[in-house]
Formats: sequence, C-alpha cells, structure tokens
Amino acid sequence: MAKSKMTLVDKVWESHLVRSAEGEPDLLFIDLHLVHEVTSPQAFEGLRMAGRGVRRPDLTVATADHNVPTVDVDKPIADPVSKKQLEVLAANCEEFGIVCYPMGHANQGIVHVIGPELGLSQPGMTIVCGDSHTSTHGALGALAFGIGTSEVEHVLATQTLPQIRPATMAVTVDGELPPGVTAKDVALAIIGRIGTGGGMGHVVEYRGTAITSLSMEGRMTLCNMSIEGGARAGMVAPDDATFAYLEGRPHAPKGKAWEQALDEWRALPTDEGATFDKEVVLEAAGLLPHVTWGTNPGQVVAIDGSVPDPDSFAEPAEREAAARALAYMGLTAGTAIRDIQVDTVFIGSCTNSRIEDLRAAAAVAEGNHVVAGVRALVVPGSHRVKAQAESEGLDEVFRAAGFEWREPGCSMCLAMNPDKLTPGERCASTSNRNFEGRQGRGGRTHLVSPAVAAATAVLGRFGLPTEVAR
Amino acid sequence: MRPVTVVSGTAVPLDRSDVDTDQIIPSDWLKRVERTGFGAGLFAEWRDDRSFVLNREEYAGASILVAGPNFGTGSSREHAVWALLDYGFEAVVSPRFGDIFANNCTKQGLVPVRVDPEVGRALLDALAADPSLEVTIDVERGTIEAPAAGIAGTFPLDEFTRTRLVHGWDDIGLTLRHEDSITAYEATRPAWRPSASA
Repeated sequence: MAKSKMTLVDKVWESHLVRSAEGEPDLLFIDLHLVHEVTSPQAFEGLRMAGRGVRRPDLTVATADHNVPTVDVDKPIADPVSKKQLEVLAANCEEFGIVCYPMGHANQGIVHVIGPELGLSQPGMTIVCGDSHTSTHGALGALAFGIGTSEVEHVLATQTLPQIRPATMAVTVDGELPPGVTAKDVALAIIGRIGTGGGMGHVVEYRGTAITSLSMEGRMTLCNMSIEGGARAGMVAPDDATFAYLEGRPHAPKGKAWEQALDEWRALPTDEGATFDKEVVLEAAGLLPHVTWGTNPGQVVAIDGSVPDPDSFAEPAEREAAARALAYMGLTAGTAIRDIQVDTVFIGSCTNSRIEDLRAAAAVAEGNHVVAGVRALVVPGSHRVKAQAESEGLDEVFRAAGFEWREPGCSMCLAMNPDKLTPGERCASTSNRNFEGRQGRGGRTHLVSPAVAAATAVLGRFGLPTEVAR
Repeated sequence: MRPVTVVSGTAVPLDRSDVDTDQIIPSDWLKRVERTGFGAGLFAEWRDDRSFVLNREEYAGASILVAGPNFGTGSSREHAVWALLDYGFEAVVSPRFGDIFANNCTKQGLVPVRVDPEVGRALLDALAADPSLEVTIDVERGTIEAPAAGIAGTFPLDEFTRTRLVHGWDDIGLTLRHEDSITAYEATRPAWRPSASA
C-alpha cells in the first residue's frame, strides 16, 4: 500500500514491484545484477542443473576482483584454485552471454568501484550482487544490497527477487565535518554508536548537511560500511552532486533520455514529513578521525583515545567480546591509540580505493617516506582509477615515498589473493572489516581512513596527517 | 531443498557474540567452485584450538548450534550456510542474525531460530552444564524447547518462509509461476535505464 508521504526507499521499492500479495514477500524487479567470481559459480551450476537460462544478460555485468593478484598480472596465476575460479567465471559468462571484465581489461576492477564509475549504478535503481558491500551503490540513490548465492541464481533465472519489505532507519549527521574528518570516520563513528547489529532488518537513509556536503565518492565510502552496522542497504538521496557525477559516464543516459532520467531522479528524495521506523542523530562538529581497536567495526575509538578496558563495558557479552578482541589483537587496555605501532599499511578495497582516496593518501605521502620496517601497499580500485592516478602522477608520489603501487583488485581486504597478513602482523587498513583472520590468518587489522593510513605508514604508529613533518 | 519440519537432537553452545561469516568459513575456502565439502572448513581457524567447543567429544553428533547475539554478520557468503549444513547442523539459534545470513539459511533449509536473549542465554548455560541436553525445534509451531532444562521459547518466521521450509519448496520455481507478471513489468520499464551492452 503506497503511503502519501514516502521515503526514498519506499519510492524505489514501489516502482519495482512486479507482484505484491498478502502473506508473501514482494517480488521486486532487479535493474542491475553485478557478478564476481566467488559467489557465482554454484549459481551458474544450479541454472545448468535445472535447465534454466539467464533471463536478462543485458542487465548483468561480471568482473574478476576477489582473487586477482596485484603483481605480475601478465603471468599465469600461481594459485591453481584461484586460477580455476577465474576461468570458471569467464566460461560461465561466455556460456550465458554475460558481459565480463576479466583481469587486465580496461574496465576491470572491484565490482563496487566499477558500477558507479561506468555509470551503471544510477538513482532509483534496484541493484544486487553476491557481495555484502553492494550497499556502496546506495550512494547514488539506488536500493542496492548484497545477496547469497541462492539469490544470485534466482536473479539470474528471473531478474527478480522475493523480498520482505525492510524497516527504515534515518541516520542524520548535521553540521560541518572538522578538517581531516572523512566519510570513513563518519561511518566508523556511526557503527561505534549503533553497534554491529544496530541496522539489522533496516535500510538506512543517510541525511543531514554533513552527508549532503560529502563528495560522491565519500558517500560511497559511507554507504559501503552500512552492512558493518548490520544494515543491508544504505542510501543517500540523489542531488545535483549525483547528477554531475553521472553525466557523461559510459552508461549514463544521454540527450533526451538524460532529461527524462533527471525528471524521475528529482522526484526520488524522501517527502517532507515522511517517517522512519528508527532515527539516529549525530553531530558532525565533535567528530575526530577513528581507529578500530577490536575484531568488529563497532569496536572503535577516536584517534585521541586509548584501548578500552573490557571491564568498562556494562553488558557481559560486550565485556567478554572486548576481552577476547584484546587477546587476539595483542593489545593492553589503556594503551593510547597513537602508541600502537604497525607492520603494514593497506590502502585499497571497495571502501577506500577511489581516486579521491588515493589523492588524500598521496597528499600525506608526498615528500615523506614510509618508516623503515613497515610495508605499505596502495591498491587502486579499478583500472580506470589506476589510469587516472597515474595521469596525475600519484603512482610516482607513492613510489618515491616507499609505497608499493599495485594492480587493481580486492587484495588484502580479504586475503583471497597473495596479499595477506602473517600471524600477529598488525595492519592499518582502509578496508571495511577488522574480523579475526580477515586479512590473513592471525592478522591484526585496524580500520582507518586513507589519510590516517598514509600518516601511519610514515610515522610507524597511528597518527594524523598533521603530525607528519614536511 | 530438503523439507524441514522438526529438528531434534543435542546442541553445541558457541558462547560468543558477533560470530561473523569470515569466522564461520574463512576466505581461503571461498575459492572452491563446488557447493559441497565445506564442513571441513567450518570455523577452521578456531578448530585448531583443541579446547574449542566443536572439538569436544561430549558435543559430537549435535544437530543444533546455539550462539550468542549477532551470529552470521558480515560477508554475504552462502558458503557459511553450506559449511554448517555439511558439518551436520540443521538449525542455528541466536538472539540476532545477520540479515543476509538468515536469508541464505532459509534458501538451503538451515533453520535460523531467533530467540529472545533470555532464552538464548539459558540455552547456552544449560548446554554448558549438560552436553546431552535434548533440544527440539518445531518449524511449523515456531517453538524451541529443552524440557529437561525447563526451557521453552518461540521464534519468528514469516508464513511464506515457514511454508517453504516445511515443504522444501524452491524459490525460483515459485517465482517462475509469475513469469507473466515479470514480462508485464518489463514492458513498463523506462527505456533509458542502463544496459550492460549499451
């Protein structure tokens, strides 16, 4: 039943209803299905076993990202299992007539980086992918969420998904972000507030002046992390910044179609007076850069803070989780975040590997050098990002500063390629998950923004760009 | 999918919160292109610890996993569900599940039993005290009971999912009954929406 005052998510939902029946989930049409090598092989196999085809290959785009090496990409992949998975993706796409951007292709990159940059992700769309960080595309005002492999198969076969309507949650951040505070810090501050389960069952709409003043790439970083707060999707209402970002991109509408699209997109923002099931408000003014200390993204403090004492948590479950996290992370309660030394710095992932992220890191790196004993990797999110960075000379800045400049892919975010931490190795990472073993078995991950990551590489311990000498 | 009406048996208490899907099945295991054989990778990193609850003999043969809140958060990997099923679990119990994980469970016939925090806590304590405690989960009635410990609770499932689980129905087959509606919807889509080819 359509409400008179609708939220952004309501509007996208209503306009994608294929079928709505009492006692059943709604059947939603899916405008774009993004596919990668890890969560799709079993779905294609399911289609073959059932004798089914892909209903809309024209609305399906595949790329190789999770397994791809970031060095020696002109040589055969050393890991036979990774190699096979990439071959299976290519063969499946060939068999079912799906556009695929394999390793080395000019359009290849992390699936959540290439969707927006190719102009495939647009306002008002429904977008799914067998990947939880599909929430990224919500930055453009799309309803975008991660699905499992059974659902991947369902979308391949039907271009629809049965879905129970989620609850809505408004996260409002008003005011001006202090200098040096980025979208990543806003995301971490929100998760620190609501916890890893705070958004479960909800679609978040990010609102407020601090959000609308974020760049499109900043909005992508923010929406990307929605899942870390439990929300399956995060969205920002489309505005002039969205339209300016999209105009002229390869898959963006052109000419008369662009005008038609704009008419529809301008009607998408949440109506004045529409209500949300849950509301959270944060002030931008007091925010600081954030660093995680534990093994889930909700275990986070401002960089001026210190590792908390597990006994300071009221809830027994949180107390126990904190104690276990400190043991895994090899940290002592009370240690100042700035006193924690790192072994590795990773700048990359679908959270923070876009051109603005690389510019922010390069600005800190320029004229400085990675401290002895620390290895620092920069992994651009896509070939297009890499080419842009190289045209600006950022690769040279990074190399001169002692960073390794790599080929695009998911890389050390989840350690499915050779970029891994070793047991006990401590990493400042611009990725999205500090889970145990996420970046390699026994690895210790601290989530930070690109600028803090670069400063940390130079300092050898967590710090701000302002602490780095020129 | 195999129909599931009642799950009855012993249970393993995994007394931890925020068990994400990276813990359930580490990413090394995600390179496989098959749907089977993931049981050996279940909680792979924790199983190296001989005292880990899944390694304890008294919990061998359990068909139910009982965990703390926020079970199955993070990555959308359905491999987590395949690993739990392949290991021999037929139901998972937690006060709160990651949305995608819970969804994936119902596609494969692994019952996600979302209990009140008090019931979850009581079950974890009772199972720690008595590994032979019998637990029964009734999907049709939406109940979970461990009579010997005096524990009884309910869990929510939408009617559609409940029916699908009980009959073992496959989602795709159900949706394809409405193919006409999909075709009708497609005819109304704005022509300017992006296509992979254009």
